[in-house]
Amino acid sequence: MNGMINMTLNGLAVSVEKGMTILEAAKFYGFPIPTLCHMEGLSPYGACRLCVVEIGEAPRSKLVTSCTYPVEEGIIVRTASTRVLRARRMILELLLASCPQSKIIQDLAAAHDIRQQRFRQEHEDCILCGLCVRMCEEQMMAKAIGFRYRGEKRSIGTPFDLHSEECRLCGACMYVCPACQLRCTYTEPDKAICGGCANLSPPCVEKEPFDDMMCYMAPCVACEIKKD
Amino acid sequence: MRLNSLEAFAELRADLFNGMEDAVRTLVIPAGTCGRASGAEEVIQAARKALLQDGIADSVRVRVTGCHGFCEMEPSILVLPDGVFYPRVKPEDVERIALAASRSEIVEELVWADADTSAPIPLQEDIPFFKKQRRAILSRSERVNPEDIESYIASGGYAALFKVLERDDPEWVIGEVKASGLRGRGGAGFPTGMKWEMLAKQPAGDGKYLVCNADEGDPGAYMDRSVLEGNPHIILEGMLIAACATGATEGIIYVRNEYPLAIKHLHLALEQARELGLLGHNILGTDYSFDIRVVRGAGAFVCGEETALIRSIEGSMGEPRQRPPFPIQRGIHGKPTSINNVETWANIPIILEQGAELFASVGAERNSGTKIFSLVGKIKNTGLVEVPMGMTIQEIVYDIGGGPSGDSNIKAVQTGGPSGGCIPASRFDLPIDYDSLARAGSIMGSGGMIVMDGRTCVVDVARYFMGFLKDESCGKCFTCRKGTQRMYELLDDISSGKGTVEHLDLLEKLALVVKDTTMCGLGQTSANPVLSTLRYFREEYLDHIENKRCPAGVCKPLIRYTINENCTGCRACAKNCPADAISGERKQRHVIDAEKCIKCGNCLAACKFNAVEVV
Ligand SMILES: Cc1cc2nc3c(=O)[nH]c(=O)nc-3n(C[C@H](O)[C@H](O)[C@H](O)COP(=O)(O)O)c2cc1C
Ligand code: SF4
Ligand code: SF4
Ligand code: FES
Repeated sequence: MNGMINMTLNGLAVSVEKGMTILEAAKFYGFPIPTLCHMEGLSPYGACRLCVVEIGEAPRSKLVTSCTYPVEEGIIVRTASTRVLRARRMILELLLASCPQSKIIQDLAAAHDIRQQRFRQEHEDCILCGLCVRMCEEQMMAKAIGFRYRGEKRSIGTPFDLHSEECRLCGACMYVCPACQLRCTYTEPDKAICGGCANLSPPCVEKEPFDDMMCYMAPCVACEIKKD
Repeated sequence: MRLNSLEAFAELRADLFNGMEDAVRTLVIPAGTCGRASGAEEVIQAARKALLQDGIADSVRVRVTGCHGFCEMEPSILVLPDGVFYPRVKPEDVERIALAASRSEIVEELVWADADTSAPIPLQEDIPFFKKQRRAILSRSERVNPEDIESYIASGGYAALFKVLERDDPEWVIGEVKASGLRGRGGAGFPTGMKWEMLAKQPAGDGKYLVCNADEGDPGAYMDRSVLEGNPHIILEGMLIAACATGATEGIIYVRNEYPLAIKHLHLALEQARELGLLGHNILGTDYSFDIRVVRGAGAFVCGEETALIRSIEGSMGEPRQRPPFPIQRGIHGKPTSINNVETWANIPIILEQGAELFASVGAERNSGTKIFSLVGKIKNTGLVEVPMGMTIQEIVYDIGGGPSGDSNIKAVQTGGPSGGCIPASRFDLPIDYDSLARAGSIMGSGGMIVMDGRTCVVDVARYFMGFLKDESCGKCFTCRKGTQRMYELLDDISSGKGTVEHLDLLEKLALVVKDTTMCGLGQTSANPVLSTLRYFREEYLDHIENKRCPAGVCKPLIRYTINENCTGCRACAKNCPADAISGERKQRHVIDAEKCIKCGNCLAACKFNAVEVV
């Protein structure tokens, strides 16, 4: 076993290291694939489905998430087929319908030329991508937050919504959040340090205890506002 | 008493066979969860009392069993060996039945009456509901007391295992299962023999698992429960045979906690099998060792999916994961794991007992054997039916089910549970097998079959199932979680008269993307209720959208109740109206105030003169 795998990537015969995901292989060869719930250093999870690619040949081809799918010998991958683009655009439309305030989602939607949003508008503060959960567990070694319930009721939080003793208020969860809402607020949003994104007004601007706090968020809008 | 050799088992079996004289009549009383709910306990008591009081305990005995399938007619009594069937038995009639049985007589007025001629049909096998069935699995439940291993052995149980142990040739076993053509009954229809072969080829390492998937989460499906309650040993025997064939070391039966009786019977069965030496180290003195334990699930639909089931067994949240790697390669705690459905397991002893060839001769091409369906909805005879695969929907619905229960024609059947699809009456010539159903846009699923008539609205049905799926999706894949919510929202709009043609277009596009971009079977099939109803009943959708009309009279915002000239002024409707919306003088035609009416339908049900109409 020489550790290399031959595959077809957008018509190109390439060989990549065994154990790579399709996403890694595509990145390596310079084919862009949009992602939302993927982050280097965190284990792939496959929640947002934005990174879908088409594998196999019609009529038996199918879409899989490239961030979780390992490369296989002889696999045929298309990263931007009509079917992929159709799915990606619908996913972005759904994201925009649920979480319009996210800068990341706005940018992705713009890049994919999404000009309309046909669903009932919602304003959710979480798309359940699980980045924060993985960040907390895998990089901060804390495991303070996790998923709860299923289906429509699924949410992220600490067990029983009590302040977790594992949580060191490191803010890493907020840092990775694409939906731009505070996560480390646990049970006391009033004491949150920062809104963490460009679209919400961070509490540190208004709240006295945080005046001139200069947190880890970079770039921090709140700080920029104050400098003006 | 632990049996330490195959000979000892053969002796025990011979002893038990001797105790089974046919001269003794047996009153078989099904008392599964369904039977108990309809009063089987009282019938059992009455029967026991009658035997003692009339001194016929020597010539008649009672056997309490699990469900036989005709749940609607329970509590029922089946007299064996004659095969006389008494439906809906009242406790006060039990004594007559017992006495008649002791004299080999039949109580004619209590047996089944033909629907057209009212002529009595005493024998179970002649009753239309049973006549066209082929009850390879269900009929076994008539012969065993699920709480007693000896009763199972006496009815021929563990004979297949005996054969396998005696032959001591794993490849032969796998060969037989492959030759039988058995496909998994859990929904996907994967060839069981192939699955086992793959498991057998996995390195032994530190163990392999066999799992019985008894999560059965489809609303309205209960065939697996009936088998577990009525014949738990057949599952153990199936798993033991697989263990011998594949070298598996540990078995797990994953049952939902909502099945207390099944769990009780499984625990009893495991205990008794262990005591006899059929489970544990050196089974019946051979070199095979295997044990089984029960794991209870909390009743999440998604935990029926293989990888979620594995997570749940490991103690984590039931959330599917990406395949590959498949459970066969990396399953419970990373060890090779083969998962099969309850009904699949129940077929194994049958195959090994009668031989692959005979098994394969039943059913259709590439779809051998029988399949149990739970036949429910707007149909005369409801219950569990076991038919050879490839039987047409027409035969199941009309010959076995007896046709529509009301005065409205049958419009469609919904197969495959929440993620299945609707098949319209015009396609009832379709044979029921994995491939035909898939081609028609539905799935076999675990065998749910809901019959719908003109009073069932397909938009409402799709909305109901979507509501189920949006609650039961694990929620990990954005397109499954949000997609089902949004499809529900669109369907809800359509059924409440707010739908537009754009709704329909968006619904269809969204459904296709959800199907395409989700990870596990739940998400991938969640669009089926929408896509299949749109495929066959687009007109009905358009009626809701363009004419703001629900032709079936189901979608409340689109219907109105009125009273026509048939009204005699009896006041029955007014008395039953919780909203005080009906007014009128006695003996004069009444009127419904549309403003006040909450559309509960009480008036329609109360009127004896067909005067209340839905428009
Ligand atoms: C959402 C979902 C729910 C499922 N529920 C069940 C179930 O309740 N019982 C079952 O046996 N299989 C269920 N399955 C199918 C299993 O994943 C698996 O295919 C089956 O247990 C394999 O056994 P078989 O080969 O004997 O059919 C479900 C699949 C999905 C995607
Ligand atoms: S809070 Fe943010 S990072 Fe965490 S799951 Fe939700 S969207 Fe993802
Ligand atoms: S398809 Fe649905 S149920 Fe399956 S893993 Fe994804 S979110 Fe969970
Ligand atoms: S990046 Fe692959 S699913 Fe989110």
